Amino acid sequence: MGMTVVEKILAKASGLRSAKAGDIVEPKVDLTMSHENTALVINQFKEIYQGTGREAKPWDPSRLAVIFDHRIPAEGPKTATNQKLIREFVAQHGIAKFHDIRGDRGGICHQILPQYGYVRPGYVVVGADSHTCSHGAVGCFAFGVGATELASVWALGVALNIEVPATIKVVVEGTFPKFVGPKDLILNLIGKLTAQGANFRVLEFHGETIRKMSTSGRLVICNMSVEAGATCGIVPGDEETVRFLKEEAGVKGKIPCVLPDDDAVYEKVVKIDVSKLAPQIACPDMVDNVKGIGKVAGKAIQQVVIGSCTNGRLDDLAIAAKILKGKKVADGTRMLVFPASSRIFAEAMDAGYIQIFMKAGAVVMNSGCGPCLGIHQGALGDGETALATTNRNFKGRMGNPNSAVYLCSPAVAAASAITGVISDPRDKSRKDPRKGGK
Amino acid sequence: MGQVVIKLGKDISTDDIYPGRFMATVLPSETPQFCFFNRTEFNARLKSGSVAPGSVVLADENFGCGSSREQAASAMKGFDLIVVAKSVARIFLQNAINVGARVVLCPGIEGSEGDELEVTDTEVLNKTTGKAYPIVALPPARQAIIDAGGLIPYTRKKLMEA
Repeated sequence: MGMTVVEKILAKASGLRSAKAGDIVEPKVDLTMSHENTALVINQFKEIYQGTGREAKPWDPSRLAVIFDHRIPAEGPKTATNQKLIREFVAQHGIAKFHDIRGDRGGICHQILPQYGYVRPGYVVVGADSHTCSHGAVGCFAFGVGATELASVWALGVALNIEVPATIKVVVEGTFPKFVGPKDLILNLIGKLTAQGANFRVLEFHGETIRKMSTSGRLVICNMSVEAGATCGIVPGDEETVRFLKEEAGVKGKIPCVLPDDDAVYEKVVKIDVSKLAPQIACPDMVDNVKGIGKVAGKAIQQVVIGSCTNGRLDDLAIAAKILKGKKVADGTRMLVFPASSRIFAEAMDAGYIQIFMKAGAVVMNSGCGPCLGIHQGALGDGETALATTNRNFKGRMGNPNSAVYLCSPAVAAASAITGVISDPRDKSRKDPRKGGK
Repeated sequence: MGQVVIKLGKDISTDDIYPGRFMATVLPSETPQFCFFNRTEFNARLKSGSVAPGSVVLADENFGCGSSREQAASAMKGFDLIVVAKSVARIFLQNAINVGARVVLCPGIEGSEGDELEVTDTEVLNKTTGKAYPIVALPPARQAIIDAGGLIPYTRKKLMEA
């Protein structure tokens, strides 16, 4: 019987000839990732060793990635102290894949991992963050866990008691219309599947649209797979994966890809044609409350956020800059931009995007998670509404339970920043209110 | 046996259970104070000590969706709350098992605030309405972690065997 990509990866990592959905396996882990919650991972890790007489040492420090992104620079003494303790642990164990708060090699974990080639096709990647599923974009099996489970991997080098997930095959065909892209595709899919439609399952992406999509776009769709409940989104590695890892991530040597068998068994197949897709909006307070932009256009917004592990990459900033060039952010609306990494920030400066954003009145912040999860930088006031390129709009997500968050693509976010209301970037009659449009 | 102390709808996120702004607090001994913090009244009841250990949080489908923050599970465990839900999101379910918080998967469950529920190995009996609802057993691999008392002792055992 044929295997899906994830079945193949898990079989190999577990030393088995084959694996199928429902099997229990203990795969060797190629990479672990954690961010500021490393503080809790360290605590749980040390507890594992209590009373054993053994020294608490990670099984292979070269396979640990630690990245600060959730609260940078620290918003208060508690976070600052956590970060300090993590730095000490990193130094003690010689963890090289550490990305501190820096303007040269810092950034959001889900950008840093692919950008530095830490993730590769066929890898098993375990991260203490639900959006670890992003890394399926380069053809690996990457899934999010809690801190204790990560601590367990640090101790053993394997993930314990993993149930091989069933796979839903998603076949995407067609060419995106202008101003429509990967974010609209994944929002549309989440709306169709619902927020729990892929719970305990893998979304394996296929089709002409995916083959032509850049790794940056694939990171968007894999990133948000968890919003349909998926354990992982995965794009089987191909020429683009190899190109990205060699050219953009500096990976040397052979990069073997893992492909599904022709007779792989899928739980179901979902087909999407994007050629007539409109910009999609996830409305409060659930990511699966997805509507075409026509149904929500005109809604007033007080804050626009462009960035996050979903949409803070160079192509995202490029389309936003193209729309905002020579325009102004509307009065009564504030716009925040968070490039996903320092490298992207620098590239956006070189390309002139940062200047466009600032001249338009946007505030460009340091690379990091920003206001996405409501910790610092850009909380909402009571009764306020945000339009964001981030990935979650749960009640209270942006720091205030008395506020609302709509999710969209960078093109919609930029077009809407100019008008101060949710606006369709395809709408040519869209007027800049500063210029007296009606 | 436990009383339903709060009845929740579907898609209750971990942002609801444990808001992001308290994520710098990580220790299981400190997280309970922020349990359901944005639900001001319920949070106050929890902190006042008036919610008995073993009380039930009754939820619809997809409880615990979203962020993998383990604080959501450890905060609920701090008050010894039992989740009885129609379905639970993967990461939250695993976190609850790992830290020893109790979760019961009961797809057909019906009940109201104040109802008395009795959980057996196979069903949830709503003693107030007299109706019983079958529960979904966890896969043996997950049950093994529960039986060991959580993932820390389970991993410790594996470590010593290795």
